[in-house]
Amino acid sequence: MKTEATGRLASTEPRASSGTYHPLVELTLARLREFLREPEAIFWTFFFPIVMSVMMAIAFPAGAARPVRVAVERSSAAIEPSSATGARDTLKASLTAERHIVVRDIPPGDELRALRNGEVDLIVVASHPPTYRFDPTRDESRLARLVVDEALKRATGRPDPWQANDETIAIPGSRYVDWLLPGIIALGVMNNGLWSIAFVTVQARLKKLLKRLAASPMRKRDFLMAPIVARLVFLAPEVGIPLAFGALVLGTPIRGGLASLGIVAVLGALAFGSLGLLIASRVRTFEAINGLMNLATVPMWVLSGVFFSATNFPGWAQPVIQALPLTALVDAMRGVVLEGATLVDLRGELATLATWAVVPFAIALRIFRWR
Amino acid sequence: MSLAVNCRNLKKRYGDVVAVDGLSFSVSRGECFGLLGPNGAGKTTTIEILEGLLTPDDGEVDVLGLRWKTHEHELRQRLGIQLQETQFTDKLTVEETLRLFRSFYDRGPTVSDLLARVELEAKRRSWVVKLSGGQKQRLSIACALAGAPDLLFLDEPTTGLDPQSRRQLWSIMGRFRENGGTVLLTTHYMDEAQTLCDRVAIVNRGRVIAMDTPQALIASFGTPTRVVHEGTLEDVFMSLTGRQLRED
Repeated sequence: MKTEATGRLASTEPRASSGTYHPLVELTLARLREFLREPEAIFWTFFFPIVMSVMMAIAFPAGAARPVRVAVERSSAAIEPSSATGARDTLKASLTAERHIVVRDIPPGDELRALRNGEVDLIVVASHPPTYRFDPTRDESRLARLVVDEALKRATGRPDPWQANDETIAIPGSRYVDWLLPGIIALGVMNNGLWSIAFVTVQARLKKLLKRLAASPMRKRDFLMAPIVARLVFLAPEVGIPLAFGALVLGTPIRGGLASLGIVAVLGALAFGSLGLLIASRVRTFEAINGLMNLATVPMWVLSGVFFSATNFPGWAQPVIQALPLTALVDAMRGVVLEGATLVDLRGELATLATWAVVPFAIALRIFRWR
Repeated sequence: MSLAVNCRNLKKRYGDVVAVDGLSFSVSRGECFGLLGPNGAGKTTTIEILEGLLTPDDGEVDVLGLRWKTHEHELRQRLGIQLQETQFTDKLTVEETLRLFRSFYDRGPTVSDLLARVELEAKRRSWVVKLSGGQKQRLSIACALAGAPDLLFLDEPTTGLDPQSRRQLWSIMGRFRENGGTVLLTTHYMDEAQTLCDRVAIVNRGRVIAMDTPQALIASFGTPTRVVHEGTLEDVFMSLTGRQLRED
């Protein structure tokens, strides 16, 4: 039987001379080519982080302390309208003179709306003594009240018992924007990882390409690993661009080693690639994959501490929150970038990410639907 | 072992629907065997069981003398499979698609050789999305030939193609057979079966209702009482399976 086969396959050659690489390499190359020929995908991967970074730079200009913003309202208690207007103008003038106070021109009657919208932090009513209208649960409003009160008392001639010595120093990396940047990068790693892999998988299933591949001797593991490997190729620009932007434009310090950062990013990409595969392992429609993807990502957007600290959630929820892959990636990224943490310091986060890289992949390999 | 395919008493049901109902046949090495039948007759289910993509509820399958359960990898290396409705990746070129499939096999022709066999050299660098129906189908055949298979499964290979493309596919299959390859195909086209197949099995409602060479089937059926022209295989087919349309 063998000789018969070999005899009539005289023109055939073993793989080494056929000019093709290992199946995993060929599958990865196919994935990369497909990606590079899809303009929208390139936009989302490379330009989205830049757009995001620019927006952050605009929202949080480097080096400037934000002044408190106030509205000045005429007192309704005054008997004569003209004297009320005069009192308001005097008060307005003394506040405008202060460096840390911005007086917003709000049309009369509109002050409460401006306060509600966050357009101003405080309403100063020009009564005698002045009345401050604000919500004490808002930190910036309480701060505005202190600054304004101090300024007005000084303007009316209150003697200061002493002049404190202010030592202002700039601590790089302590601003909100510095804290936000690693979180945004982690978010990008999550979104690109989940979406790129889940989308192509569902597409290949709809086109019956998965079934055709399953009919070939291709090893299933190679097929499932290829999109994850392909993801790693784009990881450097995906993480590097916003990071460089942060360092050069926003002045965010990068305290940890780039090698540590690379390892954290790679583990993160593996974890989300593997999760993406699991989410897409049996799905047959784009509607269903959209729903499942939102189900997986939306809780992490909120819980994982990208925009505000995950410690805001109660203690009983912490074990779950800390076990989420995005929490681990955000914490590890922040650790490396802001605190110069080493991989040993981050072993907990890295172990969590490694678990997410292995377990969903193993499950996906078992339950994957090829038709 | 001289049988390329030997299946006995295959059964497969989907819920209440019996797709394959005790089907048996065998295909010799070097033979071209056709499974004919209307939509819903169970042709695709049968061929997918033989391809190891579906597990039968009952019955036995030997392919190239091997069982799917014990020799899946070896069988996959030695079979060429073309499925209905496979869409290859739009934005890969013909050559890239072939390279990918060629990489799965331990042995086989070079990519250039494959391109030549299916006459797609001129389209080597074209994206799959830009190919005509016939060219896509030839690419699909080339992928099936990438491992120099002993046995080729073709599920409705010429459905939807113009006569020229069909004939081009026939000649590709002819060359494969000249080199000793075995072919098992399904088709709706009686002229195709008559031209290509050494033997055919006509399948209806999951059972084989006739099986022989096309000539013998025509001879056994072509009593010239109602048929004035010389009988064709199509006459046999229509009489056996009925003239009403089938919903798939």
